[in-house]
Amino acid sequence: MSTGDALEADVLVLGGGPAGAWAALSAAESGARVVLADKGYCGTSGATASGGNNLWHLPPGPRRDEAILARQHKGAHLTDAGWMDRVLDTTYRRVGELADWGYPFPHHDGVQRRSSVQGPEYMRRMRRRVHRAGVRILDHHPALELLADSDGVVSGAAGLARQREHRPWRVSARAVVIATGGCAFLSGGFGTNVDTGDGLLIAAEAGAELSGMEFSTAYALSPKWGVHTKGLMLQFASYYDERGTLLDLPAGVPPRQAAALLLARGQRVFARLDRAPRHLRAAMREAQPNYFLPLEKAGVDVFTQTYPLRLVYEGTVRGSGGLRVLTEDCATTVPGLFAAGDAATRELVTGAISGGGSHNGAWAISSGTFAGRGAAGFARRRGRPERGLAPLGRAGLRPTGPHTLTPKEVVAAAQEHILPPHRSYLRAGVALRASRVSLEGLWRETTTGLSGTGRDRLRARQAASLVAHARWITAAALARAESRGMHRRTDLPQRNPALDHRILTGGLDEVWTRPDPVLPVLLPARDEERAS
Amino acid sequence: MIEIVSSARCVACDLCIKVCPTDVFERGADGIPVIARQDDCQTCFMCEVYCPTDALYVAPLGDPAPPDSPHTDEDALVQRGELGAYRAAVGWGRGRAPGASLDKNYLFTQDAPAREQR
Ligand SMILES: Cc1cc2nc3c(=O)[nH]c(=O)nc-3n(C[C@H](O)[C@H](O)[C@H](O)COP(=O)(O)OP(=O)(O)OC[C@H]3O[C@@H](n4cnc5c(N)ncnc54)[C@H](O)[C@@H]3O)c2cc1C
Ligand code: SF4
Ligand code: SF4
Repeated sequence: MSTGDALEADVLVLGGGPAGAWAALSAAESGARVVLADKGYCGTSGATASGGNNLWHLPPGPRRDEAILARQHKGAHLTDAGWMDRVLDTTYRRVGELADWGYPFPHHDGVQRRSSVQGPEYMRRMRRRVHRAGVRILDHHPALELLADSDGVVSGAAGLARQREHRPWRVSARAVVIATGGCAFLSGGFGTNVDTGDGLLIAAEAGAELSGMEFSTAYALSPKWGVHTKGLMLQFASYYDERGTLLDLPAGVPPRQAAALLLARGQRVFARLDRAPRHLRAAMREAQPNYFLPLEKAGVDVFTQTYPLRLVYEGTVRGSGGLRVLTEDCATTVPGLFAAGDAATRELVTGAISGGGSHNGAWAISSGTFAGRGAAGFARRRGRPERGLAPLGRAGLRPTGPHTLTPKEVVAAAQEHILPPHRSYLRAGVALRASRVSLEGLWRETTTGLSGTGRDRLRARQAASLVAHARWITAAALARAESRGMHRRTDLPQRNPALDHRILTGGLDEVWTRPDPVLPVLLPARDEERAS
Repeated sequence: MIEIVSSARCVACDLCIKVCPTDVFERGADGIPVIARQDDCQTCFMCEVYCPTDALYVAPLGDPAPPDSPHTDEDALVQRGELGAYRAAVGWGRGRAPGASLDKNYLFTQDAPAREQR
């Protein structure tokens, strides 16, 4: 191709975080010729590479049933017991393989402890494995749009090569896996700025449906000046006001959540890990170097000094909304298109609460496995895509009018509706309805007047994705006229049993919502009470 | 954000250019990377982990450090051994045990042996 690089594959995977890496590996293991394209670098890019993951990792046996029951309760009854069981099983097997390949899991009492992976080590090894499986890895190759054949079957993608003068590239493929991560709205949270939700926009242009977009309100605590949102060690924190007085936090709410609520209401909150037992302090550092190091660089000794906190938005990265998956192999509603990791809804395994503590990482591994195998199977059954595939990209790529907006302006305008904690940590009908109106205008302006060349071509597309996300999120947050899990409506603080179902959303020029006809699959409640 | 590329230490291997997820660096005329797009830095420390010569310093700040900040004082930071600190913490580099093998998260999560016994 004269205008750039053109490749052919059976399966094209977009995104090279854990979900994309496991998807590419699984497709290759199934015999497919695989290309993986990442916006950044497969191995360092995405939330896991920077943050590391504790995993929902349990051996077969009764603890699994207990874990499923406990989660169905905590996840506010939107989960699916069958999916949880499959995810636990697949995660356990896959992590076992990671150990067999030599990942240096720590030992305790002669037993390997496999419930946590350190980001750089894990993803470096995944890259190596993917490479050895024969997958062609394209780093710094963000995808900008999907390609479809005349029947609307997804048949590849196109994008630009960021480190090669932004040359266009195009891969035609018999099936595509979207594993582009969640959407953190360029909040700056470490490792999450690559996660601008591009995959959802490009999938929606092909007609894909989303689910759980109201569960996009994940925030995490970082030092006020920083972006490091590792929170596990805050289990040892006491919280103070600016005068150094111990805050009297309400009982019955986990202290971290109570502190977050105060911050969302505009109060200043400080932390000190003075409840950390001395004998555990060395182990704490070994567990979470990316919590300690940034604070040490800033000159803070967390055991003896208080430091100010802020809330950093992490959206659907540690939330749970994403592409709706229809089948056990993570097929979306569009033929030829599969979804994995944070790009897919995780409500099935985490429900209405954050999956960030272990479920999302396990979902990335298992959904990547399902989607990679599913895509390889689809590719096998399908013929070679015809020539002359249609590119589907619109907003930010092919404006309908003259160029009037810069990506920067559009990003700022979209962020305003989502990032501030008083917008998303705490929601209210009045504010949501006002957002809905202004976001309609912003979308029209975006489709008419936003575009870019060179590097700005990617930035424009990312900006369009944020606007699309803000609209889906707002629509879903209005449709869920209640409070449930991380979706907190100050005007509707109670849970409404009539909304004991997942909410689907989608659409571009017309955003729609409707109840998911597929109901949550729950285990009997009596057992649940016993387990929780 | 990324603040320092130490030209005294850098061996122009291009690794940081390659691994930076947000494409912050450009290759300089002398081969030493320049911080071309600091605004795009997401403070993820990945370049610090990969740099084989501890030539990089990522400040713990979400915004560019002010000019008089200790986070831009290369000599002082070098003296205190702060370049490449994250690489050391992750246990990469010759003679180090991979941090993953020392990972103690299991003591602090659901998998905690102490909690299991309770
Ligand atoms: C600080 C932090 C700590 C966390 N801790 C935990 C934990 O302990 N346990 C847990 O279960 N979960 C945790 N999570 C969540 C977990 O990291 C994510 O669920 C997981 O990374 C999802 O994997 P993924 O592959 O779907 O997405 P990511 O890891 O975010 O990877 C997405 C990839 O897609 C690429 N990409 C994006 N757009 C494009 C495009 N247009 N074209 C091509 N590629 C693209 C990106 O460059 C990136 O490489 C944490 C999250 C954060 C932010
Ligand atoms: S800290 Fe991360 S984003 Fe910033 S320059 Fe280094 S690798 Fe790139
Ligand atoms: S990784 Fe280190 S040595 Fe290599 S080019 Fe970058 S700064 Fe220089």
